Amino acid sequence: MALDTEAANADGTAARPEPNGSAPTKPDGAPRPGLNGSGRPELSRQISGLDALELGGTAGRNPLARAWSAVWPMASAVLIALLAWQIVVWSGWKPSYVLPGPADTLPVLGDQLGKGSFWGAVGLTMQRAVVGFAVSVVVGTVVGALVTQSSVLRRAVGSLITGLQTMPSIAWFPLAILLFQLSEQAILFVVVLGAAPSIANGLIAGVDYTPPILLRAGKVMGLRGLNLYRHLILPASLPSFVAGLKQGWAFAWRSLMAGELLVVISSHTSLGVLLSQAREFSQTDAMISYMIVILVIGIVMDRLFGLVDGAIRTRWGLDGD
Amino acid sequence: MTQAVEAAASRAVPSGAAVRLDGVSKAFGSLPALDDVSLRVEPGEFVCLLGASGCGKSTLLNLVAALDRPSAGTIDTAGRRVALMFQEPALFPWLTVTANIELALKTRGVPRAERRARSAELLASVHLAGFEKKRPHQLSGGMRQRVALARALALTIDTEGTGTLLLMDEPFGALDAMTRDLLHDELERIWRERNLSVLFVTHNVREAVRLGDRVVLLSSRPGRVVEEFPVPMDRPRRIDSTEVAALAATITDRLREEVGRHGA
Repeated sequence: MALDTEAANADGTAARPEPNGSAPTKPDGAPRPGLNGSGRPELSRQISGLDALELGGTAGRNPLARAWSAVWPMASAVLIALLAWQIVVWSGWKPSYVLPGPADTLPVLGDQLGKGSFWGAVGLTMQRAVVGFAVSVVVGTVVGALVTQSSVLRRAVGSLITGLQTMPSIAWFPLAILLFQLSEQAILFVVVLGAAPSIANGLIAGVDYTPPILLRAGKVMGLRGLNLYRHLILPASLPSFVAGLKQGWAFAWRSLMAGELLVVISSHTSLGVLLSQAREFSQTDAMISYMIVILVIGIVMDRLFGLVDGAIRTRWGLDGD
Repeated sequence: MTQAVEAAASRAVPSGAAVRLDGVSKAFGSLPALDDVSLRVEPGEFVCLLGASGCGKSTLLNLVAALDRPSAGTIDTAGRRVALMFQEPALFPWLTVTANIELALKTRGVPRAERRARSAELLASVHLAGFEKKRPHQLSGGMRQRVALARALALTIDTEGTGTLLLMDEPFGALDAMTRDLLHDELERIWRERNLSVLFVTHNVREAVRLGDRVVLLSSRPGRVVEEFPVPMDRPRRIDSTEVAALAATITDRLREEVGRHGA
């Protein structure tokens, strides 16, 4: 003990025995208890010093600059698209009653935005989209969960799910109309068939690609059965599941638009109905207005999913910042 | 020499060892990974398992951690709870540092009310007080590995009075030398303070001599115990001391001899 303490004191920078002979008299033998690290504040200081060096400093960006850097490319893209449209109109390729320019169309769009009937149609369409998407989430999650649980089921329906995902949803409508006539159910049926496979695939991929090292860590901790899912597999598959939801939404929205053009139910005025009415009455300006609305809704929803996805990536440190 | 006597005695009474492997073999298909490995770690002992590639080090730890079953032989941990730390931190990226540790405590049956205080104590002991709310990706590699150490320590909290065993699978293998050196000091201190039983796998000879009470050398393909080297040096040791270097050189020669047997 005494020798050890002397050695520690002699070496002012680190409480360790001298390596090369200046403290040669220590007996070979059992390790000595007593000299533990609580008496070594310099180790603690060295470690925190290294931590500080390794973490370094990160310069935060001005939020205004961030917002601007997000807005200007989008604004430029919109301007370029409007300009291209205008150039086609100026070229005189089609008469202006067939293809009106932005200057004729945008006021019509503005008019529409002030009308209650227009918002009623948007409301009906959104209601169908939300209901269809919600049902798809339930169906996709249940199917995905079942498939991840059974290798037989996976071999049986795994490729079928991917096949359904690639099948154009409009191909389902003849069958849907036979089964459900021109009804809300026909639209719902096709929307769910369009969206649920993506959602199921997102969940399956997430569960499949749970990092094996995390599974090992979880097993060492004794996570089994339901707890393994609750604490490890479900959170680990969240990013992939959200990606599946995002893709599912896109398919749902496409299927819905196809459905609203094909399955016209009297007295149910939706965006799709407005669009086909505008075509029948050759109101191209109104038609393009509705198309812009459909596009904008798609972009806004995609952004919402993007926000959720981005929040998860930031939380997990996947965004490379 | 007393091993046979001890072995006979310990069949009657529970083994006193933290872990005892008797004639353990493991084959994957027709490929033998471990062949007749016998090994024991006493309570409070720090044993380093050293071998080149293909010596089945990780296989052995998986067997002790009961993540896999041996093809032959017995592994007796006397009902101890086993913690395992990997080369990768393997922290859950969606949880904060504290939540990662609290989850480990939870799986060990530590009551909710105690978890916060326990995890704070564990983080303080790996010098990470103040980083509780960070997420793993916000920390450096060395810090993450210390969180992983704290989580492994959480799993060595003996809630059932059975004793515990800490397995470490090249835990510092991916770190730079400076950080590794500091973590050696850190681990040695924690091992003493908590009186842990440790089985530490590495392919770094100096690291094995720096840390171990004993160094067990394994051959490769299949893994067999070739030789055991006691390390009769005082602690704390320095990895760059002449004594560590001298014993490391002896062991390295023996290891190279083993590796050479696989050459053309």
